[in-house]
Amino acid sequence: MNVAYYPGCSGKGTSVEYERSTQAVFASLGISLRELSDWSCCGSTPAHATDARLSAALSARNLCLAADTMRRYDATRFTTPCPSCLANLKTARHHMAEAKFREQVNKLLDSPCPAISDKGEDPLPEVVSTLQLLVEDYGLDNIAAAVRTPLSGLKIAPYYGCLLSRPADIMKFDDPENPTSMDRLLEALGAEVVPFPLKTECCGAAMGIPRRDITSRLTGRILETAVTYKADVVAVACPLCHMNLDLRQQQAKAAGNASYKLPVLYFTQLMGLAYNLPMSELGLDKLAVDPSEILHKIGKEVSA
Amino acid sequence: MNTSDLESSRDEAFIRAVEEESGQRISDCYQCGKCTAGCPCGPAYDLQVSQIMRLIQLGDKKAALEAASPWLCVSCSTCTARCPNNIDVARVMDTVRHIARREGKKKYVMNAFWDSFLQTVRYCGRTYELGVMAMFMARTGRVWTDLDLAPGMLTKNKLPFIPHIIQGKDAVGRIFERFNEMERRD
Repeated sequence: MNVAYYPGCSGKGTSVEYERSTQAVFASLGISLRELSDWSCCGSTPAHATDARLSAALSARNLCLAADTMRRYDATRFTTPCPSCLANLKTARHHMAEAKFREQVNKLLDSPCPAISDKGEDPLPEVVSTLQLLVEDYGLDNIAAAVRTPLSGLKIAPYYGCLLSRPADIMKFDDPENPTSMDRLLEALGAEVVPFPLKTECCGAAMGIPRRDITSRLTGRILETAVTYKADVVAVACPLCHMNLDLRQQQAKAAGNASYKLPVLYFTQLMGLAYNLPMSELGLDKLAVDPSEILHKIGKEVSA
Repeated sequence: MNTSDLESSRDEAFIRAVEEESGQRISDCYQCGKCTAGCPCGPAYDLQVSQIMRLIQLGDKKAALEAASPWLCVSCSTCTARCPNNIDVARVMDTVRHIARREGKKKYVMNAFWDSFLQTVRYCGRTYELGVMAMFMARTGRVWTDLDLAPGMLTKNKLPFIPHIIQGKDAVGRIFERFNEMERRD
């Protein structure tokens, strides 16, 4: 199975373990991730908060690259692990269905995007999250079948973040208030999923840099709730959520005068653990909060 | 108490502009407050989401564009998810930011962060996280920002010193140039 792949900028930096574990898991499942050649930044929130046409143009360049990649490798799907990139790519495609907007965006690009056909087919591809691809295309049964070390005894709080299923009209995935895809994926890995009430509550995203106090409060509440629900670990599917819950866990604790130690892992790292993939490919040593305790629960060590 | 003097402050063109750019019918809002109730950043806002919507309905352009709230919004779309009238409230907030920026009304620390971010994209084609931090510190004077995170990130190689510069960086740069030109003309 070939899929076109847009890694997103943080994959080489702050979310390197997400990128690495995603590559490892997909390879082990026989899904070839074909990275877009010379892809560029989608602009994330800074772009869409600045101007809709600028944001759409930055995404459109990549949507065109994706169309090329899909043709070259006969890929039927285009995917990205980053919810922010996902939101921008999807929003651009959605708004560019409107002729006048498409025209304005095309004027910003070196070469305009191909037009929508008379039958209403858009040559710009649809894009889905890696989570959606795994759960819907690859299937939970297949995900379960590949498990070698069931994550039995691990209580996981599934934290989706605010973007994966919102806004519903554009993201068209799962439920905007109580998504369950990651829950089911984690259960397929043999874990016990706690009924987490703050699944889609925003962690504060990139607010951490200009207004640390806001992010600390939001992130702290998510972590403290997970602790209250007796989770051993929080599973995430977003580089920024991970950064706030893991890298900034100490900041959140200090701000909330709290004390807990809660490992935060990308769902692909958890998959990798269940699939007995080499530790070197999962990037667990990159985590700010030491995951040793939960690894011991499933009979593993951080480094092989 | 916030008051709008409708005799002097009602700007019909502003209401139309927000509706056209956001694609949302502002008059559909009946001020139920669900957006405000769900907003995670509400505690930090000077004006709540539903109040910003109300100001737009009243055509109070000045008050809407000078509020700090749009710059403290994390774009989580909870407001959109909760609105009983299917208004994409998050998109309205984005539109308020767009218009405020165009009218020279951006002066919040969030702007310094977003501008720094976009600048690295403009010149490298991809985000250069270290560059974003450095520029943000230079613009705001906040040189202590997240220094506590630096040791952990650097030792784990999560903050590359060298930016990833793509071959097509000039193509990305041209998007920005054309955008600036487009704005100059309008």
